[in-house]
Amino acid sequence: MQSPFRSEAAAFRFLLISIGAFALIVGASWINPWLGFLVFLLLSAGAFWIYLRQRGPSPPPERIERIGAEDERRVLVVANETVGGEELMSAIGEIALAGRTRFEVVCPALNSRLRTWTSDEDPARAAAQDRLDATLSRLSSVGIEARGAIGDVDPLVAVEDTVRSFRPDEIVVSTHPKGRSNWLERGVVDALRERYDLRVTHVVVDLEQVPEPS
Amino acid sequence: MNAHAEALHDDHHGHPPEAHQSSRVDARVLGMFLFIASEAMLFGSFFTAYFFVRVVNPDAPDTWPPEPFEFPVFVAGVNTAILVTSSFTMHWALQSIKRGNRPAFLAGMVLTFLMGLAFLLTQVIEYLNIGFNTGDGAFASVFFGLTGLHGAHVAVGLTLLGMVIIRGSRGHFSPEHHHGVELPGIYWHFVDVMWIVVYSVVYLI
Repeated sequence: MQSPFRSEAAAFRFLLISIGAFALIVGASWINPWLGFLVFLLLSAGAFWIYLRQRGPSPPPERIERIGAEDERRVLVVANETVGGEELMSAIGEIALAGRTRFEVVCPALNSRLRTWTSDEDPARAAAQDRLDATLSRLSSVGIEARGAIGDVDPLVAVEDTVRSFRPDEIVVSTHPKGRSNWLERGVVDALRERYDLRVTHVVVDLEQVPEPS
Repeated sequence: MNAHAEALHDDHHGHPPEAHQSSRVDARVLGMFLFIASEAMLFGSFFTAYFFVRVVNPDAPDTWPPEPFEFPVFVAGVNTAILVTSSFTMHWALQSIKRGNRPAFLAGMVLTFLMGLAFLLTQVIEYLNIGFNTGDGAFASVFFGLTGLHGAHVAVGLTLLGMVIIRGSRGHFSPEHHHGVELPGIYWHFVDVMWIVVYSVVYLI
């Protein structure tokens, strides 16, 4: 949803729309007060419906300007609860084996919407930090160079923040399997593919899968 | 492969953590948006009182305003036109500084300020000649409450516009840096939107 006061131009447009809407309401009220109330209700419902569904044309995928050494790949890994999953570790290992690679691991600080708006996100950030620390230690133990950061509660915003500074060549997104993944439900992977002109690899991590005894 | 792992929070000992900030929403725009949201709720509370007095109240008057009082609808209508026009000049001023046209920017800002001032002075004159006061019933209280609240916002807006004019005349702002104009512009349009609602509900309906 976009705020009607997100910019001066948007606020000015909202003012013009308000003038038109209230001209209709006042005109209808002069005919009959209840007709004015009805017009008010209809306009409010219509505005709310448009507000919820407003979508401009999708911008073309953003091309990320490359930085860093020519022979070095820059890979952004986005994961949270699945950050230490075997499938993700395996995928990172395969990428690392292919050549010199710099990894940036981002853990969005998952928080409930209610808690985000009514309280703080410190516990969510602390939990994400614990998972990130464990993952970085594990990667380090197998000789993989990686940095890490806690991201915004929204994975798309977390990626956008990191893309600005890290400028990756590839994005690896780790999620739970379909049906259990909130990110897949929200279309995070598809949104990343639409938004960036980068290779986006989706890794499914099933944490409920019982490891086979060796 | 070089074994090297680090987390960005390592050097936080003894220092406050870095502010968490998203790149998607500018902090200043977000601040103005939250401020306007709180202002909308403030006006909402006043409108609630207004509709209670006029509609819900069992002793609500049959006519609005109750006889023998009258609202100066025409004068307030002219005042409305002045305030709405000031939004156009505000928009023109911002578009001008975005294009690097400083004289047009300053002209637009001064015109906006003068029209805002004219609105406020007209409202003061209206108060002096309206023929009733806050002690003349609940209808008078909500009338002065709503229009006075809006007038106070116009006064704040004029202060912001005045600061923009002073800064602009000293060479501040450019096509690349005009946030200091954009934010008062958002506020000014919000004040105008609120007046459209106040004028429609209190004077016309």
